[in-house]
Amino acid sequence: MDKNSRTAPSLLKGGLSPKRKLYGAVLKNASRLCAAAVGLLGAEMLVFMLINGFESLSWKVVTSSPSILKKIDGILPNILNTLYIILLSLLISLPLGVGAAIYLNEYARPGRLTAAVSFAAETLAGIPSILYGLVGMLFFCQLLGLKSSLLAGALTLAVMILPTLLRTAQEALKTVPDSYREGAMALGATRWAAVRTVVLPSCVDGILTGCILAVGRIIGESAALLFTAGSAAVLMDSLYRTLTSSAGTLSVALYVEVAERGRFDLGFAIALVLLLLAAVINLAAKAVGKKCRARR
Amino acid sequence: MKEKDSVWRRLSKLTERVMNALFFLCGMTAIVFVLLITLYLAAAGIPAIREIGLIDFLFGPEWKSTAAAPSFGILPLILTSVYGTAGAVLLGVPAGVLCAVYLAKFAHRRAARFLRSLVDLLAGVPSVVYGLLGIIVLVPFIADVFRLASGASLLCAMLVLTVMILPSIISISETALRAVPQEYEEASLALGATYPETVFKVTLPAAKSGVAAGIVLGVGRAIGEAMAVMMVAGNIPNMPGLFKSVSFLTTVIAQEMSYSGGLQRQALFSIALVLFVFIMAINFLLHAVLKKGEKR
Repeated sequence: MDKNSRTAPSLLKGGLSPKRKLYGAVLKNASRLCAAAVGLLGAEMLVFMLINGFESLSWKVVTSSPSILKKIDGILPNILNTLYIILLSLLISLPLGVGAAIYLNEYARPGRLTAAVSFAAETLAGIPSILYGLVGMLFFCQLLGLKSSLLAGALTLAVMILPTLLRTAQEALKTVPDSYREGAMALGATRWAAVRTVVLPSCVDGILTGCILAVGRIIGESAALLFTAGSAAVLMDSLYRTLTSSAGTLSVALYVEVAERGRFDLGFAIALVLLLLAAVINLAAKAVGKKCRARR
Repeated sequence: MKEKDSVWRRLSKLTERVMNALFFLCGMTAIVFVLLITLYLAAAGIPAIREIGLIDFLFGPEWKSTAAAPSFGILPLILTSVYGTAGAVLLGVPAGVLCAVYLAKFAHRRAARFLRSLVDLLAGVPSVVYGLLGIIVLVPFIADVFRLASGASLLCAMLVLTVMILPSIISISETALRAVPQEYEEASLALGATYPETVFKVTLPAAKSGVAAGIVLGVGRAIGEAMAVMMVAGNIPNMPGLFKSVSFLTTVIAQEMSYSGGLQRQALFSIALVLFVFIMAINFLLHAVLKKGEKR
């Protein structure tokens, strides 16, 4: 297994000068050391989170609404808010992202305009979430009068995840062989019919990967939501009120509980839920990716 | 029969046109979003800069937004953001790149698989969770080791940022290292270089544009992070010092936005504008790096 044994100098007797031996040994061991440090640090962090999380996480916390009067801790509203925001932002952003990818890959001729769109997507991907939060607050909450609400938060995040969805959809479209399109068109299909019946169905899993990545980003988001969706944890009785009231997601709740209220136990409970969600997303993305590769 | 046929054809032509326009609109949304965000940040940020004066704003040594005689100088914030990011990069890049080298070139398959899953999982952990870990573990630790009244400091923020950017640096660098054609290594080995020499003198330089892209991405993430940093930095706008409580560009916005008004609020938008300019510069850098890589 030792890769050194394959190299030519080791075949010669006493071939390497001490300096070269040292160079190789030092760098190789340095990289080993770094990897070991990263591995240990990561594993330690995970174990620490798991131990502390399981201590304070209980079924009751997950399934109840918080109440200061009754001294109940609960994160059910936060879990539901996270879910609603995920659904709503995907609902808004997925058609836009996939549509833009179809435009770039199927309709437009590569040129200045497509380069501009790609550059715009790249720029959006690099803008920090706190700036999304500010612009979302100015535009959705104040200009459109949505106030601090779940809807405003979801709209803000829809803009934020657009580049992720666009890029993954575009990558997925690129993997569809041109012969599929040519075949469809030779049978008399229009471009749209070819896209709808042949191209899109054969790259669904690529688009799904994009959705999973986007969900991961939404779950981890806090700065963009603090000023657009707020941090309330109340269950609403109607859809309208759910959409128009302040709604804190799990990440926002973690920040508020830890940094503003000093509730570290609850913080660990939420962190554990977030960690488990991250693990599920990770596994899902891997499973879909594997399926993609297997089919190719 | 003929009549019906032409109606059908006309209809499908119409759909084709409509879909074409629709996809075009989707494609333009990314550009529209970038323009809107730029316009909004400029419109909201410029008034305060005008009132305070560009030089006084950027190079003023004191940020006292709530004092009786407020002063709005963001030099400490800019320096803190730059130092914090630089520190995270100095710590994170060598460790991350070496770890990637180990993963791609030296590791046994099973060790690599374990470490890679760990890194992937850590990449998906929300930033607030890192903030929580920072508060619980790092802040008391730093206070203890360096005999400080409070461990919430620039150093602590740097370490949290380092841990946050490590996963992305590792996975992007590893991908770049794996993309280097095997012939390069074979040629180097055939010329008598040892395996470590080949990896560090041939493979790594050949992958440098990918590695650079990973680093620039890490810089962007570090400079834009708000919540995790806010939990561990102490949030007092001192001039940066390793063991001092500091405020970053991002944290001041996140901290003061909820209770600000008047000129203070406008000045916060100006800070957002400065941050946006920083990020745009980094984006252009990334674009240039990637383009250079593609050309080769």
